Amino acid sequence: MSILVYAEHLDGTCKKAAFEAVTYARKVADEMSLPCIALTIGDVGNAGELGTYGADRVLHAAANNHFDGQHHAKQIAHAATEVNAKVIILSHTSTGKALAGRLAVMLDAGLASGVNSLPDLSTGFRVKRSVYSGKAVATYELSSDMQVLSVMGNTFPAQANGTLAQVEQVESVQHESRITVQSVNKADGSVPLPEADLVVSGGRGFKGPENWDILLQLAEALGAATACSRPVADSGWRPHHEHVGQTGVAIRPNLYIAIGISGAIQHLGGVNNSKTIVVINKDPEAPFFKAADYGVVGDLFEVVPKLTAAVKAYKEGV
Amino acid sequence: MNAMKQLVCISKTPDTTSRISFVEDSTKFDTDGIQYIMNPYDEWYALVKALEVKEQVGGSITVINVGDASSEQIIRKALAIGADDAIRVDKLAEDAGDVAAQIAAVAKNEAYDLIYTGKETIDYNNSEVGSRIAAHLDLPFISYANALSIEGDTFTIARDIEGGSEVLTIQAPFVLSASKGLAEQRIPNMRGIMMAKRKPLEVKEAVAYQATSKIVEYEKPEGRTSCKLVDPDNMNELVRLLHEEAKVI
Ligand SMILES: Cc1cc2nc3c(=O)[nH]c(=O)nc-3n(C[C@H](O)[C@H](O)[C@H](O)COP(=O)(O)OP(=O)(O)OC[C@H]3O[C@@H](n4cnc5c(N)ncnc54)[C@H](O)[C@@H]3O)c2cc1C
Ligand SMILES: Nc1ncnc2c1ncn2[C@@H]1O[C@H](COP(=O)(O)O)[C@@H](O)[C@H]1O
Repeated sequence: MSILVYAEHLDGTCKKAAFEAVTYARKVADEMSLPCIALTIGDVGNAGELGTYGADRVLHAAANNHFDGQHHAKQIAHAATEVNAKVIILSHTSTGKALAGRLAVMLDAGLASGVNSLPDLSTGFRVKRSVYSGKAVATYELSSDMQVLSVMGNTFPAQANGTLAQVEQVESVQHESRITVQSVNKADGSVPLPEADLVVSGGRGFKGPENWDILLQLAEALGAATACSRPVADSGWRPHHEHVGQTGVAIRPNLYIAIGISGAIQHLGGVNNSKTIVVINKDPEAPFFKAADYGVVGDLFEVVPKLTAAVKAYKEGV
Repeated sequence: MNAMKQLVCISKTPDTTSRISFVEDSTKFDTDGIQYIMNPYDEWYALVKALEVKEQVGGSITVINVGDASSEQIIRKALAIGADDAIRVDKLAEDAGDVAAQIAAVAKNEAYDLIYTGKETIDYNNSEVGSRIAAHLDLPFISYANALSIEGDTFTIARDIEGGSEVLTIQAPFVLSASKGLAEQRIPNMRGIMMAKRKPLEVKEAVAYQATSKIVEYEKPEGRTSCKLVDPDNMNELVRLLHEEAKVI
């Protein structure tokens, strides 16, 4: 028996989410005294590095780099059978989410998606995940023989203290894909939001897209990704993929700086799992202050440039 | 393009502003005073996209819900917005696997060209049902679609991926989950509401299902210890706190 973890990559480089998933899988493997086996699919340059995050073996199946959930699930299910996987671990990303339910059905496995705890094995198999858009945490008990877990990002920081692994080629499963990927468009230059450690986010308080430079400069000084509230995306001030909250992207970075955002419950639903929250708002009664660790009551047009300057000064100092 | 037979999965969720609390030793969700709505992804994006597809190529739209009689309010709303008919599988689903198994059991005999789900339900945020239905029916699943157009018999779909989007082409049949941007919300009008009363709603019996997951306990996440206010004229202090106290930069 073993723990199988599927390690995602982007354009041939393992994602941060993959290192986190392998770190998590290592811990589960230790808890269950089983080997931890990582699987990569497609052309991956740095698959051996997964060994440093705790994979005892790294398997690789050749495929073209375009994602087809039907094909990838078949490949993962095939590997799971080969290595007699007891638990399959995925990242809770757009890829992982497209695979988790399919694998659960194919393998008749129990599934908990977006988990944020290690399994508790003292009474059955129990894991925790956040529900009601972050307003509660639920403990799930999985009663099947095999389990599928997708791991919430930025929850189990990647830990590299092992050695590089030898990559073993495995048989590629055949699949007649019905999907043709035409293009993959990445928002240029910036850090992908769901993977980011630091996020600077703006709301209607900015008054219009012409003022966004103020936010972008702070983000650049910090090396942070940028986000926004829903009305900002709806008004076309910022692209849709930056919209965070209950109906947008859910994120949990180390630092979330919310500027000119009131803190409506639907917004908080997607960000309140961030480790540290800073709120900058001119209204001391803004509900967001109740969810914040640090607050600045002031006009963003004055405060943010000052903060940017302070961050730059700090960065130059170190 | 031939007329399309479309199925839209709709779920009932607590209104987004609901106060969340638990009863029976924190093992059950407290439904007292909760207002229910149609899951926004299902209503605003999936259903409306299905209407746009029907307006372009013709055909029919069925909405399906797995739930008890209390779901009829959201089903009627979906019919008022423009679905042609509805199916309710009469069961309070045990988990997301149950929902998908019930829907797949219905879809298996119907040969739908397109099956839509929302990106996720805003209560459990599983994001599971779509890929599970696709697995049961061995169909491709396009998650998080934010744009869809049809030319000839080819669908061009853009989907959200981390930090960007992917554009792909595919032919029916397939399952897709609707993300923000796929369509523009429509409000039911009086005529729609009147017509909805006469549209067929079929109640079906559930198929057997063995649940593999169960929620055994709920907790409220720890709140933040009170917010520390920093002087707006002293941003060096904020940077110091973020570095030394919070240790995030
Ligand atoms: C079903 C549903 C789902 C939703 N999902 C989401 C979601 O996923 N994400 C989301 O964000 N919203 C969502 N919303 C919308 C949400 O309810 C709020 O309307 C929205 O978050 C408000 O955005 P905002 O804070 O940018 O704007 P506002 O509420 O208008 O707040 C602007 C803030 O800026 C402050 N401000 C103004 N000028 C300045 C200045 N010069 N300096 C400093 N501060 C200033 C104001 O004091 C105010 O607090 C949803 C709503 C519904 C009904
Ligand atoms: N009880 C239900 N009946 C019908 N469709 C559902 C039900 N629950 C979930 N769905 C569909 O599945 C989608 C994703 O749900 P989930 O996987 O629970 O996040 C929803 O947006 C709905 O389209």
